[in-house]
Amino acid sequence: MTSLLWGVLFGLLSGTAIALAALFGVWWERKVSGRMQMRLGPQQSGPAGLLQTLADTIKLVLKEDVTPAAADPRIFRMAPLLVFTPVALSLLVVPFVTGWAPLDSGVGILLFLAVPSVSVLGVLLAGWSSANTYGTIGGLRGAAQMVSYEIPRTLSVLALVVVAGTMRPSAVMGAWRWWWLLLFAVGFVIYLISSIAEMNRGPFDLPEAESELVAGYFVDYTGIRWAIFMMAEYGGMLACSLFGAAMFLGGTNGFPGLLGGLVLLVKAIAIVTVIMWVKWSFPRFRQDQLMRLAWKVLTPMALVQLLVAGAVAVAWLR
Amino acid sequence: MPVEVESRRPVIDELGREVDELVVNIGPSHPSTHGVCRIIAHLDGEIVVKAEPVIGYLHRGIEKMAENRTYLQVVPLTDRLDYVGSMYANWAYCRAVERLADIRVPERAEYIRVIVCELQRIASHMMGVGASGADTGAATVFIYAFEVRERIVELFEMLCGARLTYNYVRPGGVSADLPDGWIERCREVVRWAPDRLRELDTLFFGNYIAAERMKGIGVLSDTDAIAWGATGPVARASGVLFDIRKNDPYSVYPRLDFRVPVGENGDCFDRGRIKLLEAIESCHIVEQALDQIQPGPVAAEGLPRLIRPRAGDAYDHIESARGSLGVYLVSDGSPRPYRMKVRSPAFCNLQLLGQLAPGHTVSDLVVILGSLDPVFGEVDR
Amino acid sequence: MSLHEGESNLEYLQRKLCAVYPDLCPLFSIEFADAVLMVPRSVLHRAAADLKEIGFERFGFVTAVDNGDDFELVYRLQSGEFGVGIFLKTEVPRCEAVIETLTDLWPAAGWPEREVYDLFGIEFRGHPDLRRILLPDDWVGYPLRKDYKDDSIIPRPDYI
Repeated sequence: MTSLLWGVLFGLLSGTAIALAALFGVWWERKVSGRMQMRLGPQQSGPAGLLQTLADTIKLVLKEDVTPAAADPRIFRMAPLLVFTPVALSLLVVPFVTGWAPLDSGVGILLFLAVPSVSVLGVLLAGWSSANTYGTIGGLRGAAQMVSYEIPRTLSVLALVVVAGTMRPSAVMGAWRWWWLLLFAVGFVIYLISSIAEMNRGPFDLPEAESELVAGYFVDYTGIRWAIFMMAEYGGMLACSLFGAAMFLGGTNGFPGLLGGLVLLVKAIAIVTVIMWVKWSFPRFRQDQLMRLAWKVLTPMALVQLLVAGAVAVAWLR
Repeated sequence: MPVEVESRRPVIDELGREVDELVVNIGPSHPSTHGVCRIIAHLDGEIVVKAEPVIGYLHRGIEKMAENRTYLQVVPLTDRLDYVGSMYANWAYCRAVERLADIRVPERAEYIRVIVCELQRIASHMMGVGASGADTGAATVFIYAFEVRERIVELFEMLCGARLTYNYVRPGGVSADLPDGWIERCREVVRWAPDRLRELDTLFFGNYIAAERMKGIGVLSDTDAIAWGATGPVARASGVLFDIRKNDPYSVYPRLDFRVPVGENGDCFDRGRIKLLEAIESCHIVEQALDQIQPGPVAAEGLPRLIRPRAGDAYDHIESARGSLGVYLVSDGSPRPYRMKVRSPAFCNLQLLGQLAPGHTVSDLVVILGSLDPVFGEVDR
Repeated sequence: MSLHEGESNLEYLQRKLCAVYPDLCPLFSIEFADAVLMVPRSVLHRAAADLKEIGFERFGFVTAVDNGDDFELVYRLQSGEFGVGIFLKTEVPRCEAVIETLTDLWPAAGWPEREVYDLFGIEFRGHPDLRRILLPDDWVGYPLRKDYKDDSIIPRPDYI
């Protein structure tokens, strides 16, 4: 019974964390992109424009909830939640403090990699149920992309697991050494690129390509339903950055207790900023180029990384 | 209750087989930053089988309106044709009027016209390159290009008070002389701009993703370019060396030394890059003109407000940022034109979309449209 | 055949045209520093083909002028070799406003001819896709004709 209550509590906390992540994430993105583009970003609402996203959220909540006549109402309404919930769940396995994670399972890494794949269903259903050509095209593109980029992402994290010898995230963080930075440099880059592609962000945002498909698979979603998609995107960014910082960059190592949590957060924000930087610098990949990158470039590189990691693991463990 | 969705009806192709073709209406209101153009695209999966642009959403009847206005009153109408390049739109019309009415334009006015036209060319190309950037997804490129455009538009505001539709070049000369300090400001801008433009070149055209998106897309051969009446950067990217400033020189261009960039492959990449290189050349032209300009009158002596040209017709054209922009005027001796026809390069170039798009994907369709750089004020008139 | 000393582009054009196509020669004139070839309607396509042969490879524009009893169709062709353009003009009676299309010589003529059809009502025989281009498909009337009546047109006040 207590574990059920703890589970519900952590679930709610995770959902709230994602919402807050989206709130600050959007503000941070607007500031970063603004500075890159020789402008200032939000300034007027609240100190340094911090309340801007809150104002936008209030506006979104007040919008009319429209379901297109040709859409399947139940699937249409369910799809955003199907995209959001797995992301919220995946946040729970990240070790925020040395030796502890809200869900510190022995297969934590597998959970983190597998659970967000359910979002693919959400994207596909959102696009299809909109009964709109733009939405259909966007949904199909999104699904193909997300499924393809799972492979290099999993392989790059697998390299870590091989060297650490465990799938428990807190144990992997505990086993981290400074020279892992060099060993897994390529793997980290592959992980980062694949995560960006998983979240349909940055140079891989063809499913929601604003200039072509007018927002692709979520074109028919208004108000708070659209906001749920955005929260899923920013939450996913935070989750993958936290996970990447914890696994590849050492996480809370060297800092006890909550200070370690803060250090982890700072590292994660650095990765988030890099993701935003990449988005605003590059044009977007076309669908076939994107797939080619996943299958012909990143997957072989990830396999090589795995090989190297395996060799190191054998040498080190002996 | 499920509603039948039109675009999912099966289509029969010419061999009688049922083809699963998706008809996408890239409708007149679209974020692809080019104005009101509707493209009806027939897709087979992601590949475009047929793309048909439907225009006329910005048709205001400028040619008919011109028949009811005096020759001077038509000038603000021409502003609104190619609204991204009002200066040279005004100039094309004024050249036709001067040819028809035998008006001699003083030399200082010719130099001023060349300076503002070349500045306008830079501004227009910045819009074109920026929009190409935004089409491929590089939003930052759009902002960087607009920084250059902003400086030029500030110069124009200092000159004639307007930022978009200038009504500055008038039959017989220009409406007012350059204000004090304008030449220095202009020199500063054209000295600063080429570095910025080269940086933009590296940032966007040197980027691997942009090259992948634009190279080999929408290839136009040189024979096709001539047969389809393409002019301007679109034709020059295909290797057709035809620039009215060199082939049929007008105004003071024979005294200015500049090169005309010509591409090789005729794809979207070349079309975009040519615009950037032309903008850099325009900076050099403006510097030379600023060095050569002499004090003098800026409007023809004794030109009446109601110009009554001889009965007859005349045509004159200039090299605008989009191609060969010309105005054909027919006069019956009265102070109002009997017929004004604008030969719009964007209109003629836009026909190419139906030729270039098939075989590419939807993403490429948008990029091709951007590279043709239409401005719908000019296309629809 | 090449440009002689002191000869202008237009004179060179006239000389070459008269040498290669002598029957077009009387229809050619130079008015106000512009070359004009005024041909009867039946000869238009052949004259355009001849001009294309002789060096006018670019299609400039096509337009019409409403002269009351007839429409004057004006084509502008551009030449790289001569560095000039030439007007090719013909007249089409108002009651029978039909003419042959030039799209088989220059595909560039496709949309301009559609525009003339749209705004003047002149039919281009043989055009692959002759329908309205600027106005909506269900528009009635041809606006650029001088006798076009429309309730939304306000008569011009005297003081302008």
